[in-house]
Amino acid sequence: MVGEAVSSRDLILGRLRAAIADGTDPVRVPRDYRREGTADLDLLVERLTDYRARVHRVPETAVADTVAGILPASATVVVPPGLSAAWLPPTVTALRDDGLDNARIAAADGVVTAAAVAVVETGTVVLDGSPDQGRRVLSLLPDLHICVVRAAQVVAGVPAALGRLSPHRPLTWISGPSATSDIELNRVEGVHGPRTLHVVLLS
Amino acid sequence: MPATAPGGVGQLRGEEPFPAAARRALADAQLRRNLGHATATIRAKSGAVIAEVPDWEQLRAAGSAIKADVLARLPELLEQLEARVTAAGGVVHWAADANEANRIVTDLVRATGSDRVIKVKSMATQEIGLNEALEAAGIIPVETDLAELIVQLGDDRPSHILVPAIHRNRAEIREIFLRAMPGVDRALTDEPADLAAAARRFLRQTFLSTSVAVSGANFAVAETGTLAVVESEGNGRMCLTLPETLITVMGVEKVVPTWRDLEVFLQLLPRASTGERMNPYTSMWTGVTPGDGPQAFHLVLLDNGRSAVLADGVGRQALHCIRCSACLNVCPVYERTGGHAYGSVYPGPIGAVLSPQLTGVADNASLPYASSLCGACYDACPVKINIPELLVHLRDQVPHPRGESVAMAAAAYTMDHPALFAAAQRAARLSRLAGRRGRGLPPPLSGWTAGRDLPEPPVETFREWWAKR
Ligand code: SF4
Repeated sequence: MVGEAVSSRDLILGRLRAAIADGTDPVRVPRDYRREGTADLDLLVERLTDYRARVHRVPETAVADTVAGILPASATVVVPPGLSAAWLPPTVTALRDDGLDNARIAAADGVVTAAAVAVVETGTVVLDGSPDQGRRVLSLLPDLHICVVRAAQVVAGVPAALGRLSPHRPLTWISGPSATSDIELNRVEGVHGPRTLHVVLLS
Repeated sequence: MPATAPGGVGQLRGEEPFPAAARRALADAQLRRNLGHATATIRAKSGAVIAEVPDWEQLRAAGSAIKADVLARLPELLEQLEARVTAAGGVVHWAADANEANRIVTDLVRATGSDRVIKVKSMATQEIGLNEALEAAGIIPVETDLAELIVQLGDDRPSHILVPAIHRNRAEIREIFLRAMPGVDRALTDEPADLAAAARRFLRQTFLSTSVAVSGANFAVAETGTLAVVESEGNGRMCLTLPETLITVMGVEKVVPTWRDLEVFLQLLPRASTGERMNPYTSMWTGVTPGDGPQAFHLVLLDNGRSAVLADGVGRQALHCIRCSACLNVCPVYERTGGHAYGSVYPGPIGAVLSPQLTGVADNASLPYASSLCGACYDACPVKINIPELLVHLRDQVPHPRGESVAMAAAAYTMDHPALFAAAQRAARLSRLAGRRGRGLPPPLSGWTAGRDLPEPPVETFREWWAKR
């Protein structure tokens, strides 16, 4: 092409326009699939457990005790800047994220975060980077993740979850711990992400 | 002249035609055992979680319609996507073909000063041969998906979209690691957990010390500029979170119009693909987020033959594909011949229709014949791609004997009439029971089997199996 008379952008768009120039009928998308449903907490527990997440159903006042029961005394946990201090037991050392470097995050025994949404049907928790959830790296490098979910954050299915989330925030959808089935289809947990996921469900 | 994917670059063409490659694969008992086990296992898991969803058919219909809508408005949606990604702090690049995409990515990596990139498993970058191009430029690409790592260290090629190293067993994987993984513990056993832990140790340091990542994308939302990557291991999250620069290479057909459309595909994809209600990790990002994740984001929009596929009114439905691999797992031909025989990174039924369209049929002339036309792939496809129809359509474009054309027309007619199709399948099975295997299909389909071996018909057709559930 002499002197780049046509940019690749124009070239590709031109090709695509030509490809559909014969006219395509406008398409109506049928939306008669389920978009609502009940946020059944029992089913959420079942689905989370099925994904090998460990689930604790406790009142909000018991979060710190629950965390203390999960982590050994003197464990170090990373916490996002906006996490409720009342959720942390005095037995652990909390490293509040003020721009911690990756090596310190990776060396922690665990991380405690809140969540934005939890999806019953799929057994999923979603983090959206709010101050009580923090940067994406916090829930990625430590080997153990404790995620606290309020009952009001629980929705029935994926459509309801997307309806509550903002596309303009970085989103991490988590269904169970990291897993692979690449070796003879045997499920192995904890290839790269956290090996252990605890969900503390407040109700 | 439609612009098909150029030759001499990337992995869309095999070194030999399918029949020759398939014959060798058929003789490999280990491969057939592994694949038979894998496809049957995934099929069963997938069937079980699909049965949980009362509105599966409505979701399939919606998914198919959204994709048809995307193709009908592709130029405007891409322009919208470009505008949104740019507004959110990303940079959009357009690559007319594999060569240009490789050049763009190589230049972007060079500009960062890094001589190494970490990679999320991506069909698009395999399609264009990005790893080879990076290596030629002195940049080391590190595959971080466990299976892709096994394939890369084994100097091998992937054999399945979803489980690329399924042709390897644990003893072989251990040998590959001992031979090619730097710093591996010589006492490594062949327990899957032990092997996965070795890969974790090996890759951790690489994740933490590499400043550039390359990924593909499962979906890109035109309305918001949001990209989505679906994965299991967390290697995707590592690559999408830790580096300073993220380069995403995406086929133009991956765009979806609205945020809400993800509600359809995030339900269809995991259940059809790995047979899970949801894959362990899905990451979504829009441009760059100050203080969180890569601070430079580049999106490379790839044509590489897709506009040629779009130009074919029948063939364009192959661009609906969300790469779930469900069609592979139900295909009797794939199960027996494995992924490598297809020559392309896209194996199985979808590969048999996508690869020849991307390259032009002349370059992949035998692939449209790599099918028994049993229809199982169509039934399994979460976005309702009519693969049998496409196969017949493509066979029409390949020069072949006249008797075959007549047989193909009959096959197309039969495909369009489910009762006839079921009868033909039953006839094929009865012929096996009666010990006539190898003699082919009854007329008029005999024109087809006269020229090739008739694959052994399944004991039960997919439709029958489905109906019983
Ligand atoms: S053609 Fe359909 S079934 Fe096959 S990989 Fe694509 S979306 Fe999945």
